[in-house]
Amino acid sequence: MSYIDIRNIYKIFGPNPQKALTLAQKGENKNDILTQTGHTVGLSNVSLSIEQGETFVVMGLSGSGKSTLIRHLNRLIDPTAGEILFGGENILNMTTARLNAFRRAKLGMVFQRFGLLPHCTVLDNVAYGLKIQKTDRQKRQDAARKWIERVGLAGYEDSFPDELSGGMQQRVGLARALTTNPEVLLMDEAFSALDPLIRSDMQDELMKLQSELHKTIVFITHDLDEALKLGDRIAILKDGAMIQVGRPEEIVMKPADDYVRAFTRDINRSRVLRAKTLMMPIDDNTQQAGSGDWPEIAADMRLEDILPIAIACPAGINVVNHKQQRIGTLSKDQVIAALAA
Amino acid sequence: MFPDKLNIPLGKSVNALVDWLVVNYGDAFEAFADALLTVLVWLEHLLRAAPWWLVIAIIAAIAYHASRSWKTTLGLALAMVAIGTLGLWDKAMQTLALMIIATGLSVIIGIPVGIGMAMSNKLRAVMIPLLDMMQTMPSFVYLIPALMLFGLGKVPAIIATVIYASPPVIRLTDLGIRLVDKEVLEASRSFGASRGQILWGVQLPLALPNIMAGINQTTMMSISMVVIASMIGARGLGEQVLTGIQRLDVGQGVEAGIAIVLLAVVFDRIGQSYGKKSRHSAKAGDGA
Ligand SMILES: Nc1ncnc2c1ncn2[C@@H]1O[C@H](COP(=O)(O)OP(=O)(O)O)[C@@H](O)[C@H]1O
Ligand SMILES: [Mg+2]
Repeated sequence: MSYIDIRNIYKIFGPNPQKALTLAQKGENKNDILTQTGHTVGLSNVSLSIEQGETFVVMGLSGSGKSTLIRHLNRLIDPTAGEILFGGENILNMTTARLNAFRRAKLGMVFQRFGLLPHCTVLDNVAYGLKIQKTDRQKRQDAARKWIERVGLAGYEDSFPDELSGGMQQRVGLARALTTNPEVLLMDEAFSALDPLIRSDMQDELMKLQSELHKTIVFITHDLDEALKLGDRIAILKDGAMIQVGRPEEIVMKPADDYVRAFTRDINRSRVLRAKTLMMPIDDNTQQAGSGDWPEIAADMRLEDILPIAIACPAGINVVNHKQQRIGTLSKDQVIAALAA
Repeated sequence: MFPDKLNIPLGKSVNALVDWLVVNYGDAFEAFADALLTVLVWLEHLLRAAPWWLVIAIIAAIAYHASRSWKTTLGLALAMVAIGTLGLWDKAMQTLALMIIATGLSVIIGIPVGIGMAMSNKLRAVMIPLLDMMQTMPSFVYLIPALMLFGLGKVPAIIATVIYASPPVIRLTDLGIRLVDKEVLEASRSFGASRGQILWGVQLPLALPNIMAGINQTTMMSISMVVIASMIGARGLGEQVLTGIQRLDVGQGVEAGIAIVLLAVVFDRIGQSYGKKSRHSAKAGDGA
């Protein structure tokens, strides 16, 4: 069993969801159900497993149900049908008090438009989660100061959100979510409202934090570049249905349908594809292990970094795993073919 | 001619209801009226007994606290002095007492009702037409049952004023809470805030500018009721206007009218200054 298990979730928006639910369970599509019943299908038969410590990205066009899905994980939205398990416990069975305790202990959320309290200072915003937990003032402010410094906002403790730029406001949002030390970080298009350069900074910052903190991160985005950069695994939503789940290379190499292919068309493949995916594996029986004079590269090296090596050593390259054992070979032709595909 | 057969005797039923209330709950109404009267009489006594300069000093202090402007403070203090020079100080204090009690009661009732409306669509569906009715129904219509339940005097005057003046604070409390940014609310819920924590920590502080605007409107409306209230026995500036009209003493009517306007201006300026202040602090103010 995974850390988070979502099983056959359906979400129908509207006053009488039963009929629309029955249609959705029969596999009718979102548009037909809307014209027949006037109800919007938010999610349709979505199942997912998320492991502890991974960064799981959910991607899809606007209106595909991403925000709806992530809000099921902390029950800001309740499903029309289905189960959501956290460490084996079905969170849908929780009472209000239990649910609030669960949110306080385990979850932190970051919002697209930041969701900061406009009447509170940066310090009070970052300390907000601990205030809800009734931690005493001194303790929560100490914790908040630590995280404010960590996200690079030292000196802005007494500013108000509307005095900060978008990027700085989202740093406040991130610090606020981290201050309660949650196991899971839910990020709904957290960087989508930011300028490209600042967005890239924030992505790097998040990756750096994650390499130290090892949280379970569920990250929503409509941007495949962002998904490929951050995600250990990526799920793709379309009209509320899950189209494909896989590692970044799988999404790029084997898009499940035209919708996914349209996403991947403009992607820089050399940044996504890694030696391990491209190499000819060494056959255990024959042990044709390449040549001793070939250079060795790590299995997770990206194509863009392999390319100059392949040009310098056209004869071949050895691919080694983390124990320095040879696990495959790459030739210059293979590298060029992968780029051209 | 509309057929008489289709006439529904609504009037009779209302009479029966009022009679029934008087017979069965007369004591309860009396107890409530007594309590209200005690507070009002106490306040009225306090304001009339206090030296005039002390009252003006307190109003000036409130004006300064609200506006942080010496100009506004001085202007409002002069307006109060002008009421005194018209020879209407004592009457103005009676009106002030009635107004403070009526506004206070409107706010005490209005804010919780407004909160309830924001939380429950059902309550809202019931309240909206009721509020419309309270604002459009001529006040004499509810003065009559108020008279029957509470007798002639200050208490029915307060009740009538509250009925007339409370809708703005109710409506604007409801509106203010409903306008709070949905994402901020989601953020609060996502951290496990309870309903009370959301209400006190997020919804009310962010709705404050609208609530203040509602309180200001309610205050203005309760001032505008003083003449009508004096018809059922409330003393004060309204009474002066009324006797002025009855005796065709236009001068006396105008004097009292000016005093009412001055009182209204003083409270409007103070209310608006507090409104501005809360708008500022809801956006980027002194923290919570
Ligand atoms: N509260 C709601 N009431 C009705 N429809 C909604 C509601 N929230 C979302 N929807 C609909 O559900 C679908 C998915 O929305 P959303 O999850 O916000 O998409 P995304 O975040 O991927 O842009 C959309 O068609 C949207 O219109
Ligand atoms: Mg969204």
